[in-house]
Amino acid sequence: MAEVRLSNLSKSFGATKALSDVTMTIPDGAFVVLLGPTGAGKTTTLRLIAGLDRPDAGDVQIAGASVLGDTPAQRDVAMVFQQYSLYPHMSVRDNLAFPLRSPVLNLPEAEIDRQINAVAGVLRISHKLDNKATQLSGGEMQRVSIGRALVRNPRIYLMDEPLSSLDAKLRAELRIELKRIHAEMGATFLYVTHDQIEAMTMATHVGVLDAGRLVQFGTPRDIYDNPHNIYVATRLGQPRINILPATAFGQAPQTAAHIGLRPEHIAVGDGQAATIRRVERLGDQTRLHLVMGSHDLITLTDAHTSHSAGETVHIRPANPLWFDAAGQRIA
Amino acid sequence: MSAYSITEPTLRAKWVAGSIVVLYALITLLPLVWIVLTGFKTPPDSISYPPKVIFSPSMEGYVNLFTTRSRIAADDLAALPPPETWYDQIVRDRDMVIVGPSKFGERFLNSVIIGFGSTALSIILGTLAAYAFSRFRVPLKDDLLFFILSTRMMPPIAVAIPIFLMYRSLGLSDTHLGMILLYTGVNISLAVWLLKGFIDEIPREYEEAALIDGYTRFQAFRKVVLPQAATGIASTAIFCLIFAWNEYAFAVLLTSGTAQTAPPFIPTIIGVGGQDWPAVGAGVTLFLLPVMIFTILLRKHLLRGITFGAVRK
Repeated sequence: MAEVRLSNLSKSFGATKALSDVTMTIPDGAFVVLLGPTGAGKTTTLRLIAGLDRPDAGDVQIAGASVLGDTPAQRDVAMVFQQYSLYPHMSVRDNLAFPLRSPVLNLPEAEIDRQINAVAGVLRISHKLDNKATQLSGGEMQRVSIGRALVRNPRIYLMDEPLSSLDAKLRAELRIELKRIHAEMGATFLYVTHDQIEAMTMATHVGVLDAGRLVQFGTPRDIYDNPHNIYVATRLGQPRINILPATAFGQAPQTAAHIGLRPEHIAVGDGQAATIRRVERLGDQTRLHLVMGSHDLITLTDAHTSHSAGETVHIRPANPLWFDAAGQRIA
Repeated sequence: MSAYSITEPTLRAKWVAGSIVVLYALITLLPLVWIVLTGFKTPPDSISYPPKVIFSPSMEGYVNLFTTRSRIAADDLAALPPPETWYDQIVRDRDMVIVGPSKFGERFLNSVIIGFGSTALSIILGTLAAYAFSRFRVPLKDDLLFFILSTRMMPPIAVAIPIFLMYRSLGLSDTHLGMILLYTGVNISLAVWLLKGFIDEIPREYEEAALIDGYTRFQAFRKVVLPQAATGIASTAIFCLIFAWNEYAFAVLLTSGTAQTAPPFIPTIIGVGGQDWPAVGAGVTLFLLPVMIFTILLRKHLLRGITFGAVRK
């Protein structure tokens, strides 16, 4: 377990800048989630920490010492790849044993067996241990690849969308399981995901990346409540935040160009008239799709609301976020 | 209803395709069958006209292949004790006695040593080079690869005279090492190019995973890349072995005694005491066996290997 510190990291692949000037500290025992669209530099960050790529500039420190001169094996990190990368010529058991049999660890076979069985139980792949790695479903492969990271006790776990190809039920279970491992072992995680629920529920810190730059770093609550700009505001929140011209509801701060309204930040009752285009009943909540003038909005309302499509309601902002013309938050 | 399907051939199409394959196989296999049959004929049968397809088989060719014999006078022959073995009997029926073993066994062993030795060396060097070309940023990579391939753009025998002179002054003429090095030199370009194609197909993620799992680059190569390149290695080995095994021109030029391989030796059988076609047939038949067995053993890989290499991106 160790603190990981990235200072002014930059990396280009040919003409594309994958990462520019990223500085971030992953505290010891933290669960840091990286958010951002494809190409934002999430995977590159993991690979630079693991030592699979060299940064063009900047430094990576683990436990206070620069690791730039170290091989991946010397860095003592575990990584779950997005494409599973199970060794296809080995059985599931041998895949899980592979890191434990490495020259660095070289554990006795009895100990290896014990650890494999423990991890296989947690990930529910005990019955598949003697299968070939290629005879598994996508979800099973992903679990084995998570297992290959978890059998070790590295200084940091790097995970690249590890739950993306699992079904919803298993994903929810493993989310809790990973969180439990994090809490019990005090392990440090750097976790890449697209999934907002994973980010909000598992993270102690969230880093939002955009086009290779770290736009904001903070607690999930902070990222959600106080986004620095429109981009960050749109990364979290389901349904997405409504972005409208600043004057859509009348007066606005002077430099404001946009008003951002999370669905729960629209009060229904008085204010501007809007027409309900569609009512989505999700059971625990109901979403109203509104048309206000030329703008579309989505808001949440009571699960048992009596509203129906075609009706007119009156809405006003409650707790709005204001952004300037460049998308930066001003209030 | 018989709907036209592009995936299921009709019965007639199957028959036509099958017949063509059988016909082609017959045409290509006929010389092979003939040489195998010749090995079991008696010398008169082997040159009879019209050629005999039905004949009573004899081991005379094989006996002649492995022995040197000497003709003796009928009186002396009668004075000898009765033959001890069936092959003594065969030889005596021709008014001859066995005076010793022939060189065939030695030459055959030379072929095995040189053929498999150069194949092993080609594969080891080729795999390492192909891996480096596939994974590392090698300066002038494309030029080097082209240069390696360009060694195959002329017939190897075109450089026979320089090699002959070089080998003579280096003391490599008529040595096993010399022939192994020569065949490795010819095969290495094929090995590098074929194997690079196979290694390119193995995603880098496996090695990266192994690096993170605590292994060095070389250990990752050995434990993760090599097992997955087995198919490519097997098919490349077959191609290398077939070349080294069948090579004739250099073998004639550079070997005469200790390191002579079977190909230059087999034709010399013809000259000993008349045209001994059965012995030649026997020699060729035995000569075919190692490559055939090697290929059958690796057949599964070979089939996949050929298509695999051919349909790359």
